[in-house]
Amino acid sequence: MAHAPREIILAKNLGFQYVGARRAAIEGIDLSIRENEFILLTGPSGCGKTSLCRCLNGLIPNFYQGEWTGELLVDGLSVTTQLTSELSRRVGYVFQNPENQLFALTVEKDIAFGPENLGLSREEIRQRVDEAMNVTGTLPLKDLAPYELSGGQQQRVALAGVLAMKPSVIVLDEPTSFLDPRTAEEVMRATDDLRRELGLTIVVVEHRLDLVARYAERIVVMDAGKIVADGDLEETLDEKFDLLEGLGVGVPRVSLLWTMLRRDGLVSGKVPTHVESAASSLAGMMNQ
Amino acid sequence: MITLEKVSFTYRSGQRALQEIDLNLEGGDFIAIMGENGAGKTTLAKHLNGLLKPSQGRVLVDGEDTRKVSVARLSRKVGLVFQNPDHLLFSETVKDEVAFGLKNFGFAPEVVHNQVTRTLEALGLSEYAETSPFLLSGGERKRVALAAILATEPDYLILDEPTIGQDYQQKERLRNFILQLYSQGKAVVMITHDVEFVAESNPKVILLSQGRIVAQGPADSVLSKDELVKKASLVRPQMSRLFGELTKYGLPSDVVDVHRARILLEEKLSEAKVRVAQNS
Amino acid sequence: MSLRTLEGFKFSTLKTPVHLLDPRTKFLLVIAVLVPALLFANIYVMIALLLSQVPLLFVGKVARRWALSLRAGVFLSALIFVVNLFTGSYLSAIALTLRFLVLLTSFSLFFMTTSPDDLGLALDRIGAVRWLSRRWLGYPNALSFTFTTAVRLVPTLAVDAQTVVDAQRSRGLELDKGNLLKRVRNYIPILIPLLLIAIRRSLELAEALESRGFPGKEGRTSLFQLKLRPVDYSIIAVSLAIIGISFWVYFHYKIPVL
Repeated sequence: MAHAPREIILAKNLGFQYVGARRAAIEGIDLSIRENEFILLTGPSGCGKTSLCRCLNGLIPNFYQGEWTGELLVDGLSVTTQLTSELSRRVGYVFQNPENQLFALTVEKDIAFGPENLGLSREEIRQRVDEAMNVTGTLPLKDLAPYELSGGQQQRVALAGVLAMKPSVIVLDEPTSFLDPRTAEEVMRATDDLRRELGLTIVVVEHRLDLVARYAERIVVMDAGKIVADGDLEETLDEKFDLLEGLGVGVPRVSLLWTMLRRDGLVSGKVPTHVESAASSLAGMMNQ
Repeated sequence: MITLEKVSFTYRSGQRALQEIDLNLEGGDFIAIMGENGAGKTTLAKHLNGLLKPSQGRVLVDGEDTRKVSVARLSRKVGLVFQNPDHLLFSETVKDEVAFGLKNFGFAPEVVHNQVTRTLEALGLSEYAETSPFLLSGGERKRVALAAILATEPDYLILDEPTIGQDYQQKERLRNFILQLYSQGKAVVMITHDVEFVAESNPKVILLSQGRIVAQGPADSVLSKDELVKKASLVRPQMSRLFGELTKYGLPSDVVDVHRARILLEEKLSEAKVRVAQNS
Repeated sequence: MSLRTLEGFKFSTLKTPVHLLDPRTKFLLVIAVLVPALLFANIYVMIALLLSQVPLLFVGKVARRWALSLRAGVFLSALIFVVNLFTGSYLSAIALTLRFLVLLTSFSLFFMTTSPDDLGLALDRIGAVRWLSRRWLGYPNALSFTFTTAVRLVPTLAVDAQTVVDAQRSRGLELDKGNLLKRVRNYIPILIPLLLIAIRRSLELAEALESRGFPGKEGRTSLFQLKLRPVDYSIIAVSLAIIGISFWVYFHYKIPVL
């Protein structure tokens, strides 16, 4: 009998203001994330999504100074009492710029970097590196230098490096900004595959909803530092479409199309979030 | 008019970046250059203002061969906005930054002052005139870089990946701005892989692959062809993929724009409604 | 002197026998060349030292790049030759110019066949470096890590430098015009963006590293470790012998220039 997945991230009235900033980057954040969820975090530029992500792995408050309010528990640990190095075992972070997160001379050494920092035995490190390379398909790249790789390959290597830490949560902050559309889709699909295979919890920050809509079940929308919507992706797009559009969130074109047709009374039913579901919904409407 | 005549370019390392490119660019054009990483897009852009000279063939800007004219002189007519604004910004204030190009071109101080004021206003940056560019956000810095190039009013504007990292509203603003520019008679060239942005802006699309032009034409025709799109490591716009699944209902597949999609669907759906009403 | 000359010192990822030697062995080899080169000013010695390194250049497959580093040294060599013509005999000028080339070759060979990572690993093992690192930066491996990261980032920064030059030229900046003062001022629009890009990059990198547990509470393990193999030991023995013999000869005989 299946039991409810445990709560892996809990934020209560979380807030943070960077030193010297005029207003808080995030405030009053109440958020509960369960294991194995795939969450899309979005909102207009400057809404605080990156700041929230930084709290999740401890970069805030360890790397970024400022005023912290409220509570954040990650895997039972309170973020304010842990060093980033401790939290990095639980929460992995993939950054936007593929190049600036890889630095070793070879892919293999870069992936080994994280486990090396954990002081594990050489055999354990070896095993983790091999596993991570296998699962991300980066084994053929292992002796290449990171700057010789394409953007997509770099992001996969970054993912491998994060996976070698064996985290339970992976945060990806606009990981596909610099990638071409085809590679972006591959990276997203790979992320979802990993989530299923390894039981990971995924949080993706992305402006372009259509990229992630096929995989994310839940959407959290932020504006001016606060959460303004949090719920099932399909339902939120359905019920709060105008809010999202008003905020300037990049709603999927198919969702926009459906909303326009629904307003004219030509279709009825829930707003589809990606091409396949839109196609079948429209086919349904036209078959009548 | 900028003309590329059978332009080929090989890097010193032996890598062949462009092969026999023929291209014309004139005022009022709005073009998107798309292609996979390494297809030669940025290399092509650098030929337009003389940063790179062709190994074979020639590039003419308003009749002048780029090999015979300095980059500084060509930059008066051809504005190239680099992808990362941090490669440009160095001044104490946004005002100084935008004035830099004008000063290099030797304009009188009053002219410089007026142009700077005008350009800042046009891009919504007036409030930051006395601010240090380094204190601004990423999106704002991108606008400052754009202002810096626009201040000298080049006839040809080339934007390298202008939409990366921008949210939807910022892209809307950019789109409207580009519309203004080419309707004013400038030529705007955009290097991008943002398929949806191109689908909504409807430029002429030039698809580059491995240094060659493999397709050119209106966005809806080029971007709805699967093999072409795959070659360029792109994805068909949502509308095109949607309509690709609905062809058995008699819908065309070369639709990329939401509004055209809506109109086409309105017809079919109204018919279906009528059928439903008749049958009941 | 163009940037091409730096190619003569850049590490090339190959797996030749020379590359596979422990960096400490290679460094000792450099010392074994340095000591006789500095102790003696004899032309035959210099030629011998130079020629003895040539096989290593070929085995290490870096002979062509070495030629580039020589080209870099041409100007300096000529300078040394001319200066010494005035201060000594022309024979000593030759000897000293040769000495410069010997040292250049030795260092060039070292850097071309030793990866920055291995250098870092070697530095990590040196007690003095660890101690300094702990005093200065709080962690024993921080110093060697700083060094190797700096080396790794050089090619990326070089690309950025070119981009900045391109970007500013596209705004009408002319780097080859004007008097000396103007030319120097013209480099401000190049240096400032580059500096900021470097700073921003290092901050992003720092974030990424911290997100992967650097520097770690407990001791840090290394997946790869340096191992001294029999061939290392033999070369170390030979190097030490050469150093020992050089000193002995120096103190017992007077070796003329020719």
